Amino acid sequence: MPADLRLLDDDQRALVGLVREFCTGEVAGSVEDYERRGEDPAPLYAKLGELGLSGLPFPEEYGGGGQTYSSYLLAIEELAYHHLSFAIGVSVHTLCAFAVGEFGTDAQRKEVLSKLASGEWYGAYSLSESGSGSDAASLSTTAVRAGGSYLLNGGKLWCTRGNEADVVLLMARTGDAGAKGISAFLVAKGTAGFAGAKKEEKMGWRASPTWQLTLDDAEVPESRRLGEEGMGFRIAMASLDSGRLGIAACGIGLAQAALDATLDFTSEREQFGRPVNANQGVQFMLADMATEIEAGRRLYRHAAALRDAGEDYGMQAAQAKLFCTDVAMRITIDAVQLHGGYGYVTEYPAERFMRDAKGLQIVEGTNQIQRFVIGRRLTGP
Amino acid sequence: MERKKALNIAVCVKHIPDPNLPGELDGQRLKRAGVQGVLDPGDEFGVEAGLQLKEAHGGEVTLISMGPAVALEAVRRGLSMGADKGVLVSDDALAGADALTTARVLAAAIAKAGPFDLVIAGVESTDGYTGTMPSSLAEFLGLPQLTFVKSLEGAEGSIRVNRQTVEGYHVVESPLPALISVTAGVNEPRYASFKGIMAAKKKPVEQWSLADLELSSDDVTVNQSVTNIGKAEERQAGEVVEDDGSGAARIADFLKEAKVI
Repeated sequence: MPADLRLLDDDQRALVGLVREFCTGEVAGSVEDYERRGEDPAPLYAKLGELGLSGLPFPEEYGGGGQTYSSYLLAIEELAYHHLSFAIGVSVHTLCAFAVGEFGTDAQRKEVLSKLASGEWYGAYSLSESGSGSDAASLSTTAVRAGGSYLLNGGKLWCTRGNEADVVLLMARTGDAGAKGISAFLVAKGTAGFAGAKKEEKMGWRASPTWQLTLDDAEVPESRRLGEEGMGFRIAMASLDSGRLGIAACGIGLAQAALDATLDFTSEREQFGRPVNANQGVQFMLADMATEIEAGRRLYRHAAALRDAGEDYGMQAAQAKLFCTDVAMRITIDAVQLHGGYGYVTEYPAERFMRDAKGLQIVEGTNQIQRFVIGRRLTGP
Repeated sequence: MERKKALNIAVCVKHIPDPNLPGELDGQRLKRAGVQGVLDPGDEFGVEAGLQLKEAHGGEVTLISMGPAVALEAVRRGLSMGADKGVLVSDDALAGADALTTARVLAAAIAKAGPFDLVIAGVESTDGYTGTMPSSLAEFLGLPQLTFVKSLEGAEGSIRVNRQTVEGYHVVESPLPALISVTAGVNEPRYASFKGIMAAKKKPVEQWSLADLELSSDDVTVNQSVTNIGKAEERQAGEVVEDDGSGAARIADFLKEAKVI
């Protein structure tokens, strides 16, 4: 059963309709191939840009779609429903573009945001390092001034599409230890000394390449520093607040796909002379799955509505990310269970859903970090 | 490059029950009321052909449709693909119109909205499948008709098409104005972009009644009626050949018999 569109406005319905049509026609048929081969679906990103769907929440004057964040998330949920890895790539791209729009100079918006919003470029985001994950402020990649540029040295980890993206929003240390010594840079693809060192082999999200990046005297002009020196950590955290809503919407899209596949399977699969889902024990599981998905959907859409209204939404974004991705994990585990043996083999998508859900609980702040963010908001620092 | 003469193009579009949903009968007719409708997928090829000619030659694409008010959705769909404006003829007297009546009404609308250099229609609708409308329309309009078009190119004052036949294709050329009916293979219809969808809401659509076309209900009396509806004969199972090493040769023979190779 597709998501309930009844309370959406005409533009939102048209948007979801377009994304659904694109996914049904162009995305759905190639999911298994891309996932099996662990290949980035580059042609789909190009097509997404052509359709005007790669910059939905950015102003039209920069080539964006001029839509609310709420509307953008409807599109992300629909993409995730069809192919999670692809939706993740788009969500990360949006996170990068958001930072340029929010913290960039006029020149950077014209040069970079307009390319990102129109889909001419795709963006990535790079904060984590081998020794710096949840404790992001401890990062050790350095950026040292050299004339009108910075020379960046170090290594980054877990960068989604880091080698495919045209520009990577990358945090490096320009000053003292701690959060205030970090600055943000827009590192262009092809910069000498900047490269993807290793593509990770992952449990899931196999069509969403994850890169180790190396920076060896990579020269980044001062004009590509985002914000002032020392603002990098703040930019990184604000971007994550925004990006978390994308991951929450991904969780709901994935969970809905798992539920729908399970509904199909359990109505077709007959045991003891009747469909499996004619058993009340199975129906109760399905009912819980559907209810949790709907609760999660309301939660992320509420956070998005706060964001669109210009209200503080950091805690609600963390709550949405935590809840929606935990829901995705529970629902996909149950989806495998209700498929029985068929859930454990790659012939059916249930096992992929379950592998993919796990990643959502880890990225853009583990769900333990989300609880940390929520708890600190409740009790104060 | 020499600037070509801009083409004023009319494309006939139809709002039909979504062919991906199971069809239901309402008496001897397809049930339409309350059924999710779409722009006939066959007409998307016509819209795309019009847009490609417009992009190559300049000019304008006008969508022409007949149907109840809800058919506006099909017109909007074509506008969101990139057509410039639309005309929808709606009239209670047109409920249950047959293909001949439809052609008569569309001809009147095209005459009123025109003049056009080229009129494009799909070969047949994906609901009624009579396949007679384009030819009737060309006769009413007094235009040469180039049917079953599988590829086309416009030229100064003329059009040249490849016309699908059983064995292959004919190359047919005609002066403009003319009418063409396009097959499903003629092009790959574009998706409406998000900006296209937003822009379509602001594009002009004229809504005309029969009176606006100076037609009366006598002009649209339905002469055609469906007398019987039966189930199509089930397809026979194909021939199964065990491959004993001669499989490739058997396939080649089969394709030769079918005159495919």
